[in-house]
Amino acid sequence: MPHLDAAFNLARCLMRNAHDAEDVVQESMMRALTYYRSFRGDNARAWLLQIVRNTAYAVFNVKHGTSNPANDDENTLADLPDLSDGPDILLMRKEHRAQIARLLQGLPIELREVLVLREFEELSYKEIARITETPIGTVMSRLSRARHLLADGLSRESISHG
Amino acid sequence: MVETETCKMALLVQADFDGELDAVQSMEMEKHRAQCASCQRSYAEMALVRESLQAASLKYTAPAALRDSLTRGKASSKVPVIRRLAWVGRPALSFGLGAALAASVMLAILPGRDNGLVDQVLASHVRALQPGHLEDVVSTDQHTVKPWFDGRIDFAPPVKNLIAEGYPLDGGRLDYLAGRPVAAMVYMRGKHPINLYVWPSPGAADSAPSNHTRNGYNMYNFVHNEMTVWVISDLERSQLETFVQLWQSVN
Repeated sequence: MPHLDAAFNLARCLMRNAHDAEDVVQESMMRALTYYRSFRGDNARAWLLQIVRNTAYAVFNVKHGTSNPANDDENTLADLPDLSDGPDILLMRKEHRAQIARLLQGLPIELREVLVLREFEELSYKEIARITETPIGTVMSRLSRARHLLADGLSRESISHG
Repeated sequence: MVETETCKMALLVQADFDGELDAVQSMEMEKHRAQCASCQRSYAEMALVRESLQAASLKYTAPAALRDSLTRGKASSKVPVIRRLAWVGRPALSFGLGAALAASVMLAILPGRDNGLVDQVLASHVRALQPGHLEDVVSTDQHTVKPWFDGRIDFAPPVKNLIAEGYPLDGGRLDYLAGRPVAAMVYMRGKHPINLYVWPSPGAADSAPSNHTRNGYNMYNFVHNEMTVWVISDLERSQLETFVQLWQSVN
């Protein structure tokens, strides 16, 4: 199933625990099936990610009566993605990795989502704007702010992967 | 956090970093950065963040159980729709040459600079997989693909056909890597496209293939007959390695 990893990654970054993320992806896939006939674009991944994002916000709304999936999960680091084999592992020690994960998860949701869509999914500003239903200018300033906060955190904890 | 004074060009510099600008704008941003300490700092900051995120491999993949339950399908009547979804993201292999060429020229001028070559190759591969971007010349015949590069590129890339070995040539296109135009050839293994990039490295000695993994893609790079070669695919490593060995052994 294509784009499932992308869908799960976004859900996982938004929801902050694996169980809720799986629920969001299940629900999103059902929605994608239902609405597929109305899909007219050429980027199915971006379209699916938009559904995931909307579903994540909706699910969170139902659970917590707030539209902002806030930091609610104490074990964000319990299920860091498995490192597949490969030379990249050697680049960074485990605790540095956990620190960076923590910094990312510590970003406000609206900053975190643009950063994840840009850096992990490599989507264009236009696609990110559509997914998050915000103007491109807002995407750009959020992205800038997200990076700045992360860089700040990195230098504070003097994390380097060298 | 102390808000340092930011340049009014900061968001444009960021757009340049993200490959959102055309060549002219991008050059202007480069000139601007050369004389703006604040933008130099933020550019370095963006690169550091990108590197750190990538080096940390924080991208989650779907748990097997979730994948299984979705693939098996809740309601069997809906399964065909899932399959249809699967096709949307696939490259349109027979896309019109003119449009594809135009698109690839557009894309060719937007490489993420200051990324390592591994990232550039990955970005190029991912871009190429977008519908209509995979090939400019669609042909399974190396005698069609090879002349196509004449006049488009300042070297004659080795074009090999490995159809008998199960890796048919599917076409070629121009791409832009390591700050220069390169020849990109597409081979298929089943439904998995393999992008092979070649450019000349005069005087370089042959080297053994070295393996890289990034975002679930496997890559090999090596020097062969004074040509630098990069190979990338979502194929599993052993299959891609076999492809590399075949490619090196065939003339």
